[in-house]
Amino acid sequence: MNAKLANRVATIIITSFAYLIILILAGLLGYILYNGLSVIDWDFVTSPPESLSAGGGIGPQLFNSFYLLILTMLITTPLGLGAGIYLSQYAPKNKLTNGIRTSIEVLSSLPSIVVGLFGLLIFVTYTGWGYSLISGALALAVFNLPLMVRITEEAIETVPKEQIEASLALGISKWKTITHVILPAAIPGILTGTILASGRVFGEAAALLFTAGMSSPALDFTSMDITSSSHPLNPFRPAETLAVHIWKVNTEGLIPDAREVADGASAILVLSVLVFNITARWFGSWIYRRITSHS
Amino acid sequence: MNNNIIECSDVSIYYGPTQAIRNVDITFPKSSVTAFIGPSGCGKSTFLRSLNRMNDLIPNTRVTGEILLDKEDIYSDAIKVDQLRKKVGMVFQKPNPFYKSIYDNIAFAPKYYGKKKKELDEIVESSLRKAALWDEVKDRLHKSAYALSGGQQQRLCIARAIALKPDILLLDEPTASLDPLSTQKIENLVVELKQEYTIIIVTHNLHQAARISDSTAFFYMGNLIEHTETKKMFTKPSQKKTEDYITGRFG
Ligand SMILES: Nc1ncnc2c1ncn2[C@@H]1O[C@H](COP(=O)(O)OP(=O)(O)OP(=O)(O)O)[C@@H](O)[C@H]1O
Ligand SMILES: [Mg+2]
Repeated sequence: MNAKLANRVATIIITSFAYLIILILAGLLGYILYNGLSVIDWDFVTSPPESLSAGGGIGPQLFNSFYLLILTMLITTPLGLGAGIYLSQYAPKNKLTNGIRTSIEVLSSLPSIVVGLFGLLIFVTYTGWGYSLISGALALAVFNLPLMVRITEEAIETVPKEQIEASLALGISKWKTITHVILPAAIPGILTGTILASGRVFGEAAALLFTAGMSSPALDFTSMDITSSSHPLNPFRPAETLAVHIWKVNTEGLIPDAREVADGASAILVLSVLVFNITARWFGSWIYRRITSHS
Repeated sequence: MNNNIIECSDVSIYYGPTQAIRNVDITFPKSSVTAFIGPSGCGKSTFLRSLNRMNDLIPNTRVTGEILLDKEDIYSDAIKVDQLRKKVGMVFQKPNPFYKSIYDNIAFAPKYYGKKKKELDEIVESSLRKAALWDEVKDRLHKSAYALSGGQQQRLCIARAIALKPDILLLDEPTASLDPLSTQKIENLVVELKQEYTIIIVTHNLHQAARISDSTAFFYMGNLIEHTETKKMFTKPSQKKTEDYITGRFG
């Protein structure tokens, strides 16, 4: 076989793999949306679920998923950024640093059900908070932190050395160089990674079963009392998310339209992730443009 | 009284176990241009970067001997590195503007040192004027610095360095990646800036060294072979090695 032919064959094989992946994705998406879209209407996305009869919705679950995402990122982002900056810029090359890195690797490979049970032990039982948004958010933070640290580190590594030298050579302190030269340049990378990490919050069920819980109180969006369990923003109330709801409806649902509800909820979940990704990317490039041109 | 702003005696620089600079003695008079020449790898950048302690960034580098700036040892514990670098500016081989606007590229460091908005406008304008860039960019100060040509970017980097009013300007092959016209602009600039600053420039272009410098230092394998008036260096060097190098017999 001559080189030209080998090149053609290899190109065809590689290209078909790429198309195969797209095909699988399109098939999956098509299947979910085809089954789900017919179920979705305004009533379905806003009303609470029924426990025995047909016709319930997923309103509170949808809200919980987004709110939990925000709470989780509020905890994960500063911790992850801090640890990532420390490891890439300050950590000396020694046994302790290696130990930290290994711990992060191990943490990232923990099965999510184990993280969930750990959360049950610490954030639910030990703290006495019970099944609650805050417990769920903390469990997910444990789960997302390693990813966030790695993302930050990698994004910082890609900032050209020349940028850092330019700043230091002007007599700018290391900290100011990090916050005003390195981080702005690393933002696209950090943002992409943060979106990836957030996507996992939408999809995660196992870590939430025993932390955020499998039920959601009726939410009263007019409530002014944040300590009340019906206040949507009360972080100490239990909160079943969409992914957990899909799992529950499928395994132990008593409603006659369990299949339809699961289909509809899956479609909503997929659409949410899509919308979230697109807005986050748009927001990221907007921020990047703001920082890199005039302040 | 002499008017040497930097005095180096018996300076050696090591990267881990390997020695890159060997027992160099050299002085730099105020408001002069000194050119460093020599074959690749002879230690020009290494020595230059020891003058503003940029070598500190590379792990395991070690400097011995004495480097005095205005009679003060820059490697003593009493010296604040940030303050030193503010006094000893540097421009690199590859233009490296920040990912910021033209204005912010220059204002960044003065702002850090506490200059107010109104002063900043003045600093930006005067620095750009000194760098012979003002007329080309005055209408787009708030556009990204990366919309400029390579030569303009390099002049922006020079403007950025002089915005801090340093005493000394270190230039490491500032024209190596530029076209002839941009190169000429920067050479003119160096001659111009010499009135106010002491300039040390590394170059592989012997004609450039001959055109713009007052004195020239020839490095070879980490040794300073010869340092003398540029005219003399290029007409009758005292060392055989120097003569071989400038007549193109090696390097
Ligand atoms: N970071 C480093 N670690 C180890 N050795 C280094 C490092 N930087 C430079 N060296 C070595 O030190 C010596 C001098 O290098 P330097 O960069 O100062 O040379 P130069 O004269 O500037 O060369 P050029 O003209 O190619 O820029 C070389 O032998 C080089 O391999
Ligand atoms: Mg060099």
